[in-house]
Formats: sequence, C-alpha cells, structure tokens
Amino acid sequence: MGNERQKRIRNFCIIAHIDHGKSTLADRLLEMTGVLTSREMEEQVLDNMDIERERGITIKAQAVRMIYKAKDGNEYILNLIDTPGHVDFNYEVSRSIAACEGAVLVVDASQGIEAQTLTNVYLALEHNLEIMPVINKIDLPSARPDEVIQEIEDVIGLEAQDAPQISAKNGINIESVLEGIIKKIPPPTGDEDEPLRALVFDSFYDSYKGVIAYIRVMDGKVKLGDAIRMMHTGKEFLITEIGYLRPGGFIQSDSLVAGEVGYLCASIKNVRDCRVGETITSASNPAKEPLPGYKKAVPMVFCGIYPADGSKYGDLRDSLEKLQLNDASLQFEPETSKALGFGFRCGFLGLLHMEIIQERLEREYNLDLVTTAPSVIYRIIKTNGEVIELDNPTNMPEPTQIERMEEPIVTATIMTPTEYVGNIMELCQERRGTYLGMEYLEATRVILKYEMPLNEIIYDFFDALKSRTKGYASLDYEFKGYKESNLVKLDIRINNEVVDALSFIVHADKAYSRGRRMAEKLKETIPRQMFEIPIQACIGNKIIARETVKAYRKDVLAKCYGGDITRKKKLLEKQKEGKKRMRQVGSVEVPQEAFMSVLKLDT
Amino acid sequence: MKQKRIGLYIHIPFCKQKCYYCDFPSYPGMEDYWESYIDALLQELILKAEEFQTPYVETVFVGGGTPSLIPAAFISKILDTVYIHYNVASDCECTIECNPGTLSEEKLKIYKDSGVNRLSIGLQACQDEILKALGRIHTFEDFLSSVELARKHEFDNINADIIFGIPNQTFEQWQETVARIISLDLDHVSCYSLLIEEDTVYGNMRKKGTIKEAEDELDRKMYHYAVDSFNAAGLYQYEISNFAKPHFRCRHNMNYWRRGEYLGVGAGAHSHYNGRRFANTTDIALYIKGVNSRKPVLSEDNYLSREDRLEESIFLGLRLNEGIDISKLSREFGTDLESRINKKLQKLISQNLIERNGTVIRLTEKGMDFANAIIVELI
Repeated sequence: MGNERQKRIRNFCIIAHIDHGKSTLADRLLEMTGVLTSREMEEQVLDNMDIERERGITIKAQAVRMIYKAKDGNEYILNLIDTPGHVDFNYEVSRSIAACEGAVLVVDASQGIEAQTLTNVYLALEHNLEIMPVINKIDLPSARPDEVIQEIEDVIGLEAQDAPQISAKNGINIESVLEGIIKKIPPPTGDEDEPLRALVFDSFYDSYKGVIAYIRVMDGKVKLGDAIRMMHTGKEFLITEIGYLRPGGFIQSDSLVAGEVGYLCASIKNVRDCRVGETITSASNPAKEPLPGYKKAVPMVFCGIYPADGSKYGDLRDSLEKLQLNDASLQFEPETSKALGFGFRCGFLGLLHMEIIQERLEREYNLDLVTTAPSVIYRIIKTNGEVIELDNPTNMPEPTQIERMEEPIVTATIMTPTEYVGNIMELCQERRGTYLGMEYLEATRVILKYEMPLNEIIYDFFDALKSRTKGYASLDYEFKGYKESNLVKLDIRINNEVVDALSFIVHADKAYSRGRRMAEKLKETIPRQMFEIPIQACIGNKIIARETVKAYRKDVLAKCYGGDITRKKKLLEKQKEGKKRMRQVGSVEVPQEAFMSVLKLDT
Repeated sequence: MKQKRIGLYIHIPFCKQKCYYCDFPSYPGMEDYWESYIDALLQELILKAEEFQTPYVETVFVGGGTPSLIPAAFISKILDTVYIHYNVASDCECTIECNPGTLSEEKLKIYKDSGVNRLSIGLQACQDEILKALGRIHTFEDFLSSVELARKHEFDNINADIIFGIPNQTFEQWQETVARIISLDLDHVSCYSLLIEEDTVYGNMRKKGTIKEAEDELDRKMYHYAVDSFNAAGLYQYEISNFAKPHFRCRHNMNYWRRGEYLGVGAGAHSHYNGRRFANTTDIALYIKGVNSRKPVLSEDNYLSREDRLEESIFLGLRLNEGIDISKLSREFGTDLESRINKKLQKLISQNLIERNGTVIRLTEKGMDFANAIIVELI
C-alpha cells in the first residue's frame, strides 16, 4: 500500500462537456492553490493553442502541479492532468486517464449531462477512476442543481448528493472541490522499490531541450542522469532534466518516484521515439512488462495537401516536418498531381486531426493550401494475386487487373437521446451502415452500434450527424477490419481532361449521385471562360453525369477616360490576382476553391 | 525649359436630372451652388497654373454633368481664365458636353465666341421610349434640333454619344439608332455598351429584379453591328468605343489613352502629371472650401512606379486601334517586354485575339470583346 509520501498526492483529470466550465474551474483551482496570481494568468491557462481556444477543445494534454493546504492541516500535492476531448484523440484521452486515480466530472447546472461527457466518463470508469461530480454554474437563474444531481445518479449511477455546487466563473465554493478531491479521490499506489515504469501521457518537441515527456511514475523511481529505455521502441537515452510541472513552465528537481507526475528530457530528437502511451523503464534494471494500453498510431484518413502557390512547396515540407516533431500520428510523403503540382500525401488519425493539421499549417505557418478529398486505405487484390494497399485514388490499377477490392470497416458507437434514433438510423442506412444493436442507458438515452465503411464516415458524417440530432449525438468508432466491397473509381473530366486531384473511390451504388453532385458543384465554382467547358463525371470511359460551363462572350470596359484609369486599373489587377489563384487544367482555369468545394457535398 | 503639353479637363458636376445609369459625380438641383462652384473652379484654374508653371494646353474638355445646363456666361468666364493663365495652343481642341433640351442659340453663340470648337452631344438612343426609360429629359427631336442649331452656328466637329445593351432594347431599335446617326453625317460617335453600376437607379432596379442586363450575345451582336456599320460609313473605329471621320478623332481623349499628361479642375476631376495620378474630392462643398483656402482636397494621390506606368501603357494603348509598339515601350521602360510577354502573345495571336505587325500589337475585332482578359494576360 501507499507510503506517507503517496498519501499526500492526488492525481486527477477534469471531465466536462464543451462550455461546461472545465478550463474556468482549472483556472480557479490554480488560483486558489496559489500556483498563479490572477495577474500572471492568461485566461484559461490550460488551453494553449489558438485553435484550441477557438474550437473550445483541448488537443494536447496539459498537466500542472498544485500544492494545497487542506483543512486537515496537511499539505497535498494535486496533479491536474487535462485531457484532449475528441474521438480522433481517444487514445490520447485514455492515456491521460490512465495516469490518474480520479476524475472531477463538471456538469452544467442548467444543461445537465451531455453525450460527449458520457464517453469520457465511461472511459474513466473503465480505468477504475474514482469520479467526483461537481455541479457548476449554480449562480445562473436557469440552474436546476437538484434535477441535475438526480440525472447524474440515474444516468451514470454515481452518488451525487454531496457533489460540490459551485460557480467556477465567480469563484463560489471552489474550496469544496479541493477538499472533495482529497477526500474522495484515492492517493496513488505503486512500489518505489520495483523496477521503473513511467507512463508517457504527453510528449512534445522543444527546440532547446529536445522532446519533453510528461510522465506519471507508476512504479519505481527515476532520477537525473539515469539511463532509460523506451519499452516499445527499445531506444535508450540519458536523462538531462527532470522535474515537476507548473503552468507554462517547469520546476526542476532531482528525481520522481512512484505516484508522482512530472516531466523529463533526455536529448530525444523526435516525439516518435517517445510517443504517448510509451512505458519508460530503467536501462540497467528494466521492468518485465510495459504498462498496458499502448497502441501504435495508425493513420486512417489520407489526403493530398498542396501549396496554393507552387513555389511554397519547400515551405510546406518544412512546416510538415516541424509539425511531425510534435505529432507522432502525422504521416506524409511527397506526391505529384497533374492539376496541383508538387505536394504531399498525408495520413491522419481522423477527420478532425486532418482539419487541425490543415488549420495549423495555414495559421501557424502562413501557408495557403489546396487539399484533395480525404481517402481511406483500400485493399486491392489483383488478378495476378498481388495485394496492394491504396491510399490515393490516382494510383488505382486498371479495372481489368482487379480481382476484388476491400475497404476498411469500423464499428461506430453513437450515443443519442432516444428522440433522434430514427434520424440516425436513416443516416447510417444512407451511409451503408449495418445495424448491430441498440442499448438503453436510461429511458431517454441510447447507444446505437453500427458497422460502417470508414469512407462513408470521413466525408461529412459528423456534420450530418450533428445536424440531424441538433448536436446531441456523439460518435466514436473503432477499426474493425477489411471487407469486400463493390468500389469504383470516379473521375472528373474538365474539358475532356481527367483532373487527377478530383478522382476518388466510391461505392458503385453511390457513384451516380456523387458524380452528379460534384459536376453541379464544379459548374458553380468554375468561372465562365472564352470557350464552353464540359464537366463530366466518369467511371472508366462511361460518363455518368455532365454539366457545361457556358462560354462568356464579353469582358471589356466600355469606357475608360481620364477619371476612370486608376479605378479600372485596380479592377484589372484584381482580375489578375484572381487568375493567379487559378490552377491550369489543360486550357481551363480552375479556381482553388473548386478543389475544396467538392469536399463538402451537401447530402 | 520645354513646356509640358497637357490636356485640361474641367468638370461641371451639375445636371437637371440624374440619368438612371449615371455614376459620375453629378448633382441635380444644386442651383444655389453654381456660382460659388464656378468661382472656386476659376480659383483652382489659377492655382493649378501657378503650381504647374503655366503648362501648354493642347486640348480643353468641359465635361459633366451637363455643362450646357448652366448659364453660358459661366463657360465663357472659365475659358477666359484658361486663356489668361495657361499657354493655349492656337489649334487647341476645345470640347463642351451638351445635352439636347439645354442648348439655345444664345449659348451656342457664346460658346463659339469663347473658343469652343467641338460639341459632344448626349443622345444615347433615337427612340423616345428608350430615352424615357434611361431617365433622359429630352426627345430625339430635341437632339435633331440641337444638331441643326449647332451647324447653324458653324460647329463643324460634332460628336454624339449613344448606348447599346439597354434593358429591353431590341436589335432593330439599335439598328435604327446607328442608321440615324450615320444619316446625320456626324463627325464622331462614342458608342457604349451599357454597364449597370451598383449605386445608380439602374443598379437598384437590377437588385430588385425589375430590370435585367442585356444578354451578352445580344450586346456583342449590337456592338459588332455598330463597328461594321460605322466603318462602312466612313466613321472609322479608333478606340473600343469611339469612331470618327479622318482627322476628327478626339485629341483630348487620345491623350488619355496614350498616357499623356492632363490636369483636371473641378470636383471629382482627375489629373495625371509628372508620374503622379491624383483627383479632387467629389464633394462639392468640400471642394469649394478647399479651393477657397488654397488647399484643394484630394480624394486620391498616387505616384506611379515604373511597373505601374508600363501596365497603364499596355492597358490603355490596347484600347486603341493603333495598338502599342512593344519595342518602343521596351525602350521607354528599360525592360525586354518582348520576351516577357512573348509566350502569352503567341497564344493570343493563335486564338485570333491579337494581331501583330512588326513590333506593333493590337486587339482584333474579336479581341475587343475580351479586352480585359487579354490585358490581364499581358500585364
């Protein structure tokens, strides 16, 4: 059992729905424990990236150590480990949770429990975390704490009568949260004398120190200068720095022991050598088994990313390399497209991961990008027996060489209020889902399970799901395996030339409608030019949809006298700028937006 | 020191009623301002003559608005001030814009005496119902009598402005307008494809959906019909929208397209002088106030880079049938224009949009339909 030192430690995370006040509560806890003065505090310290703040989600885990003098007269060390909050990062969430003994569940006193919260609550319960509910925003006129407490007891089966009722925003009852953490959440266990096992729950690259790993020591101890071994990669390093975490910085120390949370640096050049979920052990006295739960990063979604301005190819490569230093799940390799020039085929954990990378490239690295439709990895069994894995439709072999094709299938778990079950079933059916089952969590909430092709999910399934459930449904999916499927490659021809960047693979039953929608969308986005432009959607040589961009007949300024020159020149320059942003496909100028517009075809 | 040769533009921003398509700085019903405006104008003429060292004026253009609306004495005062404070060429082309229904024998006589030798009359169409639909305040008959009156007073350089592509205008109506102009044996025609600008009466009607722009097909049919008809009648096209008998091209406007220098006087008037383009405010009260404190208020003021000037030379010069001389521009701007645009040029020539004669290139008749797209390729 835990020793005296461990009895004074609490490791916990906060689980909350977006907007229910997770970050605000975290800020208050930091303030109360004197880690920060309000002046030092940038609002919501834990969400570091711009994108995180804007989207209200946490992408990278964060952690911070607080010291709290409790009413029992003892000083406690509280380690708050913040978790990312999206299905794409479920693995990262599970590793953060695995580093804790308890979770504070923040529930909005007016809105009650939301679906997304439940996913993480169940994940926490799976890892045997003690969950302490907290009712937030009790100062709002619409607060109904008693009902919400009842809801927590009914839905999750948690004792919630004594849940602290607080207002994080106005600093009401924050102390009761701290006291609750000490009383309800158990201290860590783990034997200091066992061989070292430390769980990496986050890691990122720093240009001065190399990779900084956030760790929770499960067993044993680790100290400055120790030789350590990554149990999954087998790589060994010497610890150059070790210590505790404080907001936006570190407190160096000599060692960390079982039950403690902190960081270490060891001249590690790349996060891939120290991934989330890795178990660090001692090189001289290694543990027998790594900690459970490690998973390799497997990209599930791929797309082409091209610089809008071809001369920025080198910049794009540099930026991707920099992002990869910090993101072990991001993969990329060079590819070329006839329409888009030089770019990269990139692999992502999921759609959100893809969007975040695109957004970071554009924002943090100031790049203008053109991206192609996302694809999954298809498995093609050729007539000669060869099996190829295809993540880029352009490389699909001739149909005559294909014996059969397989596509990745996932098990999708959708949690929803019962009133939307019909809508969701309809949606899943449209997306070629196979119903697996339904489970009532309570009278008004169910979990639906479907087997679905991944390529149906990666287009706009999230959006469709949200719009059909007013945002109440949550989705999680897990890779299940490959399944034979009647797939075809759909090509788009603009002015009789195939535009490689617009090709994609689709189920035969859906090819017609998607081809038609794409042709319609392209007709809207390609401006009229001096000649007529046919747009065709084809499977092989068979045309399944056709639209025409009519030729324009006139592009001339009737008047241009002394007073018009400056204004008209500006117009022409604008026209020229617009032209620069066009991609030349044969003799047709195609705006960049055209490539992007087909990514979101309304259903 | 050799004196600068310039064109002088004088803006009269008043009219009786704003035409529905007009987006020029022109204001109806501001009679109270006329006198103080003209005083300011005279003041500005003197200021500019001082500032720019009495330039040599080759052309004067009194435009508007409707300059013929205000008392002719004002025009005479303006032109007198020009003669006193500027070096005016003995063969100076001096144009005034007039609208039918505002001209009188007396006005024409004063114009003549003041040195006006060219009249530009706004006709637009020869069907009264179209004139009404455009918001014009005159009839075709008014136009005919204006021309007759002008000829009586020995004006022998007369232009008419006409417009095609008017909502609901038929091709036959356009043919009639072209034929009438030809039969009148005018010396010059400006022939514009109607452009509906946003902040105009037409612009609002289009937004509401009560009028629709002419189809491009019809617009171009009308345009090429006019080009062919005028050329056959001896009114030779010399610019995208302008036609003249030999020796009757508008020299004032030619100066714009050849990127010559000019000074603009009056509210909203633009100037191009010493590599700088600048313009007076269009706000009449502000204009008057500025001039009276000897500090005209500008709405824009830009120095042109070499690249700006080259771009302008291409985009203005290609409007002219005479085209642009690539080697001359190369020398003038110290660049190898030929190799810069060669590839694009080859393509445009093969598409029959541009024709080339030695070092001179110009738009073909087809090219004139796509002038913007072509210019964008070349700048």
